[in-house]
Amino acid sequence: MNAPELAKKQYLLETSGVKKYFPIKKGVLNRIAGYVQAVDGLSFGIFPGETFGLVGESGCGKSTLGRVVLNLQRATAGQVLYDGRDLTKLQMKEMRNLRRELQIIFQDPFGSLNPRLPIKDIMGEPFRVHERVNKREIDEKVIELMHLVGLDPARRNSYPHEFSGGQRQRVGIARAMALHPKFVVADEAVSALDVSVQSQIINLFMRLQRELGLTYLFISHGLNVVRHISDHVGVMYLGKLVEISLTDELYSHPLHPYTLALLSAIPQPDRAKKSQRIILQGDVPSPANPPSGCRFHPRCPYAQVLCRQEEPLLQGTGEDHRVACHFPLG
Amino acid sequence: MKVPLLEIRDLSVGFQAEQGILKAVDRVSLKMEEGKTFCLVGESGSGKSVTSLSVMRLIDYDGGDILSGEIFFHGEDLVRKSQEEMIKLRGYKLAMIFQEPMSALNPVFTVGDQIAEAVMLHQNKGKKEACQDAIEMLRLVGIPAPEVRARQYPHELSGGMCQRVVIAMALVCKPEVLIADEPTTALDVTVQAQILDLLRQLKAELNMAILLITHDMGVAAEVADQITVMYAGVMVEEGTVEQVFSHPYHPYTLGLLKSIPGYESKRGMDLYAIPGNIPSLAQLPQGCRFHPRCVLAQEKCRLEEPVPHDLGSGHMVKCWLSESAEMSESTAEKR
Amino acid sequence: MSGIPLGESPLAGNSLGGGNPGPESAPQVVSLGRMAWRRFLRNPFAVAGLIVLLFFVIAALFARFIAPFNPARIDLLAANLPLGSGAHILGTDELGRDIFSRLLYSSQVSLLVGFSVAFVSVFIGTLIGAVSGYFGGLIDTFFMRMVDVFNSVPLLFLNILMLAIFGSSFVLLICILAFTSWMGVARLVRGTFLQLRETQYVEAAKALGTSNWRIITYHMIRNATAPIIVNATLMIGGAILSEAALSFLGLGIQPPQTSWGQMLSNAQQYMLTDPLQAVYPGLCILVVVLAVNFIGDGIQSAIDPRRKVRRPRRRLGR
Ligand SMILES: Nc1ncnc2c1ncn2[C@@H]1O[C@H](COP(=O)(O)OP(=O)(O)OP(=O)(O)O)[C@@H](O)[C@H]1O
Ligand SMILES: Nc1ncnc2c1ncn2[C@@H]1O[C@H](COP(=O)(O)OP(=O)(O)OP(=O)(O)O)[C@@H](O)[C@H]1O
Ligand code: SF4
Ligand code: SF4
Ligand SMILES: [Mg+2]
Ligand SMILES: [Mg+2]
Repeated sequence: MNAPELAKKQYLLETSGVKKYFPIKKGVLNRIAGYVQAVDGLSFGIFPGETFGLVGESGCGKSTLGRVVLNLQRATAGQVLYDGRDLTKLQMKEMRNLRRELQIIFQDPFGSLNPRLPIKDIMGEPFRVHERVNKREIDEKVIELMHLVGLDPARRNSYPHEFSGGQRQRVGIARAMALHPKFVVADEAVSALDVSVQSQIINLFMRLQRELGLTYLFISHGLNVVRHISDHVGVMYLGKLVEISLTDELYSHPLHPYTLALLSAIPQPDRAKKSQRIILQGDVPSPANPPSGCRFHPRCPYAQVLCRQEEPLLQGTGEDHRVACHFPLG
Repeated sequence: MKVPLLEIRDLSVGFQAEQGILKAVDRVSLKMEEGKTFCLVGESGSGKSVTSLSVMRLIDYDGGDILSGEIFFHGEDLVRKSQEEMIKLRGYKLAMIFQEPMSALNPVFTVGDQIAEAVMLHQNKGKKEACQDAIEMLRLVGIPAPEVRARQYPHELSGGMCQRVVIAMALVCKPEVLIADEPTTALDVTVQAQILDLLRQLKAELNMAILLITHDMGVAAEVADQITVMYAGVMVEEGTVEQVFSHPYHPYTLGLLKSIPGYESKRGMDLYAIPGNIPSLAQLPQGCRFHPRCVLAQEKCRLEEPVPHDLGSGHMVKCWLSESAEMSESTAEKR
Repeated sequence: MSGIPLGESPLAGNSLGGGNPGPESAPQVVSLGRMAWRRFLRNPFAVAGLIVLLFFVIAALFARFIAPFNPARIDLLAANLPLGSGAHILGTDELGRDIFSRLLYSSQVSLLVGFSVAFVSVFIGTLIGAVSGYFGGLIDTFFMRMVDVFNSVPLLFLNILMLAIFGSSFVLLICILAFTSWMGVARLVRGTFLQLRETQYVEAAKALGTSNWRIITYHMIRNATAPIIVNATLMIGGAILSEAALSFLGLGIQPPQTSWGQMLSNAQQYMLTDPLQAVYPGLCILVVVLAVNFIGDGIQSAIDPRRKVRRPRRRLGR
């Protein structure tokens, strides 16, 4: 797909100005002392059938965004449009029915599996919730799912703690894919997997996308993986999108200083490349008390006075490349 | 030669199952010296975590049994120690960073208290001092506003922050041996770089030995001195970073390296993946455990288990191909 | 949209599996219920508790056939017989009633009261605790205030009031005891649910579109069994004793019906002359409560897949 073609198409999922603030409580009275601005005014769109990669510092609000997008946590402000409907305004019943189209693979492969349920019940749950099927049919489907993600069906009666981290993650993936969703938030879905299984799962993701037209919001720290699978990539820093572009464009011509630092920090099996790393100075600021102006300014090597005073807006420079920086790299 | 700080000798670990005992780890040996980093890489489910849990003797609580082998630490066999003796070592001389940060943290205590707990337990410090240490450690692992964060509960932190809390918990008592089970998988690359730097620095300062388990070949290449590749419970290749990454020998290691995104395949195309799956422990293949997935498998591989073969200067490979020189040339071609 | 059966879908061809055998060669797996039962059987205390409890239940059920005397038969000539007096194995009380027979018949009432009160109050408490912990907010505030109100109503006052209005009856007694003892369970279960609510698997269940009701009853309850079972076991003993207190005031079980509690309170007057009279029912209560506790413990670890019964460490290969 090339860029102009994409631009004409309708977004499958679009957010405008979504915010998610968490109150910080203090003292015996649980007084609200401030807010963690986990996601602070994000606007972007994802086309049907594409993969949108989301990268950024840990704690910058990626998982929160994933949850807000699926309405698992209600946005503090802003809209989330899915297929033209505003998810934040849906009735509970409607939302529940829509859930079969919207799925999430959680970051923590252990925490997201009920420790008291054998994995066959965990993977069978989507069918039980959304479909009228009998026990035997569920069992068959579960076995198929296990084959799909490369788990040994003989172990379907085992509990989550009896599996390795990667195997658990695959249980989570199987659960999310069970009902053939249309839109999947993959929150670090492959981080717990070793490269070889990771390849298999990514190939599976891509195959499902080709065949079922799935759309992914792919959150990951693995910049190599994101590059491989994504059509568009967004870079987040402290609750804000700082850069968004087509994948190749972003990786070859990063415009935001943070993106550049991020890309330079990718660990390389090749030791020679290590020397070019940009080590960011200073602490990661707290999202409860973000810096004024450009949130990156205390750590930015290119910061100027303007950066401290005025917040840069996410603006387009090229066809499909937008960046929030007063002095983008050229 | 120096006496290794921690030595694992022929460790086998099994789990009781309906089908009998399943061996998740089969005769693994490792020698760890002070001030060195050892990396364990391998397929998911190959027994890396089980190995590390065995060293901590936490495997007992997971329903696993150490079937045979010894683990020497300061000349004492940890396998023979009682849990009471282990409690004194764990979290103090031997520390571990767990693979799942969320489940290693207690949801009802603030993270600061949880870190301070370890200090009070092992170092005889008062509550106040311990909390100070905890905050300092949180700062070291790069958590912004540690005073605030220390007073929060695990679910209020992001995945990566929890991970750093767990790292802080492991490091706060300045252990001699640190076992880190995927310590940086939940972290973004910049924080990862920071943590790896911290580990390197502490390693030098405290002369700590680190056993690092990771999926990220890049990380392994960057910090490791020695690398061990595991497959289905056995070690298949072992050597220095240079040896394993630049001259990989075992077909599995090779496949692993090829699977790295961007290593070989183009964007959007299918990634290289080793065909098939890791065998289930209940039905391990005869002979070489890798043979059903190995492109170079021969008759002999199906029948006999390969023996470790030294390629020189400590580069051990467990593959029949390494035995004969001509064969290795033919493999080189096929690569 | 109805679900595409996996067999006809594009998913089907994509199996990553290859190395692993298909389902047909999968070894027969033991059902989970049976596995839990096996774990239970491996716990000697739990099994002993179960046997003792069964013994009591059978004795209660067949009291009519086992008891040598009518428990209410007064025989002043044979009053205050000591232990081992011929047909009166455990002797008689001050009215000449056979103590052994009375113990047997009492167990009917006491066990029934103990178990039904525990069941009802744990049920109510769990429900209320779960709902208020899960939903939080106004619902939580409402139920917790209700708990406070119930806690501050004196049991005795309520009981007298109820009895005055409805007259004394066995069912009413159970209801009153249950309605006045569910608050502790509710508090504890609420606390557990407040914690569980934040777990990711609950979030995962929500993400699947699972209804709140199913999340509570299917996903969360099984992770909250610890406080529930502990409470239920304590409650059984507590209910037996509360019934005793009420009986003592003449508000509980009315003679000629008897219960352990009633025997105990009756024996109080003769503490100095015939202390054994108090020992028998006391011992029965103690043994039942202990047995139930062991059983509770056994169930608790049998249904927790993470807890394995410790086996002696095997060391093969040497
Ligand atoms: N408590 C347990 N009971 C039964 N089997 C177990 C248990 N814990 C682990 N296993 C099995 O032992 C094998 C090795 O697991 P281990 O956790 O060591 O893998 P790993 O190499 O750490 O994988 P990953 O990279 O995915 O974390 C796996 O097949 C796993 O299913
Ligand atoms: N339930 C909550 N209550 C309070 N604060 C929260 C809550 N959930 C998240 N936060 C805060 O919101 C911020 C963003 O968290 P989030 O989990 O979205 O980060 P992330 O980008 O996914 O990081 P990582 O890559 O480490 O997973 C963090 O500062 C975190 O502490
Ligand atoms: S706006 Fe200024 S501080 Fe922010 S990234 Fe650009 S140059 Fe750096
Ligand atoms: S021994 Fe044979 S099957 Fe095993 S890795 Fe070597 S060549 Fe492949
Ligand atoms: Mg996250
Ligand atoms: Mg592991």
